[in-house]
Amino acid sequence: MFRPVTRVAAPLRQYARSRLASTLVYVDHNNGALNPAVRSAINAASKLGGDVTALVAGGDDASVAPVILKAQEANKYTHILAAASSVGKNVMPRVAAKLDVSMVSDVTGISSEDTFERPIYAGNAMASVKSSDAVKILTIRPTAFDEAAAEGGSATTEAFEVDATQDLATFKGQELTKSDRPQLADASRVVSGGRALKSSENFSIIYDLADAMGAAVGASRAAVDAGYVPNDLQVGQTGKIVAPELYLAVGISGAIQHIAGMKDSKTIACINKDAEAPIFQISDYGLEADLFKAVPEMTEKLK
Amino acid sequence: MSLKRALVGCKRVIDYAVKIRVKPDKSGVVTEGVKHSMNPFDELAVEEAVRMKEGKKLDEVVVVSCGPKGAQDVLKTALAMGADRAIHVSYDQVDKLEPLGVAKIFAKLVQEETPDLVLLGKQAIDDDANQTAQMLSGLLDWSQATFAYKIDLADDGKQLTVVREIDGGLETIDVKLPSVVSTDLRLNEPRYATLPNIMKAKKKPMKTTTPEELGVDVSPRLELLSVAEPPARSAGIKVESVDELIDKLKNEAKVL
Repeated sequence: MFRPVTRVAAPLRQYARSRLASTLVYVDHNNGALNPAVRSAINAASKLGGDVTALVAGGDDASVAPVILKAQEANKYTHILAAASSVGKNVMPRVAAKLDVSMVSDVTGISSEDTFERPIYAGNAMASVKSSDAVKILTIRPTAFDEAAAEGGSATTEAFEVDATQDLATFKGQELTKSDRPQLADASRVVSGGRALKSSENFSIIYDLADAMGAAVGASRAAVDAGYVPNDLQVGQTGKIVAPELYLAVGISGAIQHIAGMKDSKTIACINKDAEAPIFQISDYGLEADLFKAVPEMTEKLK
Repeated sequence: MSLKRALVGCKRVIDYAVKIRVKPDKSGVVTEGVKHSMNPFDELAVEEAVRMKEGKKLDEVVVVSCGPKGAQDVLKTALAMGADRAIHVSYDQVDKLEPLGVAKIFAKLVQEETPDLVLLGKQAIDDDANQTAQMLSGLLDWSQATFAYKIDLADDGKQLTVVREIDGGLETIDVKLPSVVSTDLRLNEPRYATLPNIMKAKKKPMKTTTPEELGVDVSPRLELLSVAEPPARSAGIKVESVDELIDKLKNEAKVL
């Protein structure tokens, strides 16, 4: 995957046509496996009302920007979208700067072709912004839009050859966290642990509970910084944004930065022995208890 | 081989621990009388540059902040952390200064200062945009290494090996210098400025300029229509036991 881009396929996905909008969605994938967040971006694109084209490119991030720019040059899209994944966040601002346009990050709502909603201040305020640029560049917060259906489309596919060799950066390797559990970003249930777990060994009770619930495992920044779990499990302003059906926070006080990453969950529950912890204020169900007793008990009863 | 100079961005933002309030007229958030400090990601950038200097990988650290007079406070903090000199780009309407405008200001400063490296935080915790570093590298046609977890300078001083935080884990890339690097949270642990260093920082040079003097157009492209409170969650209940918790999740919320 990480070599200079030579071939690009552009499956054309068509929705109801509007007079003006034509949208390019950059398709983020890992060795051909579609990042599910892209489906949310395609759904968001369909809300703009025009033709939607998906751009699939093979190559490393640094070479993606020139491919998008060539596609833009050829087809003059009004909107260019990507999911707000680490790939989308990396490449889209570079594209925007090249086109001399501002961009709107982490869009959670589309009011019209030029007006968008996005959270600011760790989700403690929602901004409505209107873009005056000719091309609107957006990254889409996946949890704010349903995923477009994986079937029933009738897009045509065309090749788009472009020489986008840029030897500014070289990919050396990846170290991905392997897990049999659901992916944190799109799991319907998430169990997260915080500093109160006290060690990485103790974190095993969180994994056990998650397995009993069929849930993904998340963590607070404190748990990540203390080395209890790898950093890609971090939920919050600077980590992953999740919005599962059920979010169970265990031993997490509920700092602003953590809440930013999970407050849109449908149901929030918490287990904490500190009755004053802010997490209780946003939890639908709060259990004031010692997690080292309550969590194994809950695991046992759910098995 | 050491690099001759790094530019480091420092944004003054509402302190991360402050619970922000939206203005009743929905024009923004209340900033008057609210504690401000250096954006936490920028502290990491300053710390990293100072460590590179201490490790003889870098000769000079120049810190830059764009904003009203208060921005000089964060520059003084950066100088007290070990930066050599500061540039204040004075601009009063900081809430209308977009990442594209800041990137253009930095691009101009890069021409003047000819750094080998620009270090920026991955995002500011007020606008949460996560754009400036990528935009700057795009404007300069430089390499970019975003969300840096670890930065190593090659012995020949021609490239950096950067470990990046990505969805699913970590990724390692080599980037050619000059480069723009943005910092992620686990890059380092920023130091506290000590009182003697705060005193010494007062003697370090600080230059003030403006976007106009630099010849940079920073007029906004985005119009902020309104800022609203996010939807509040309705108050929940406390349960007495694990059994009750399971019962509520299964039968009331129907999520188990």
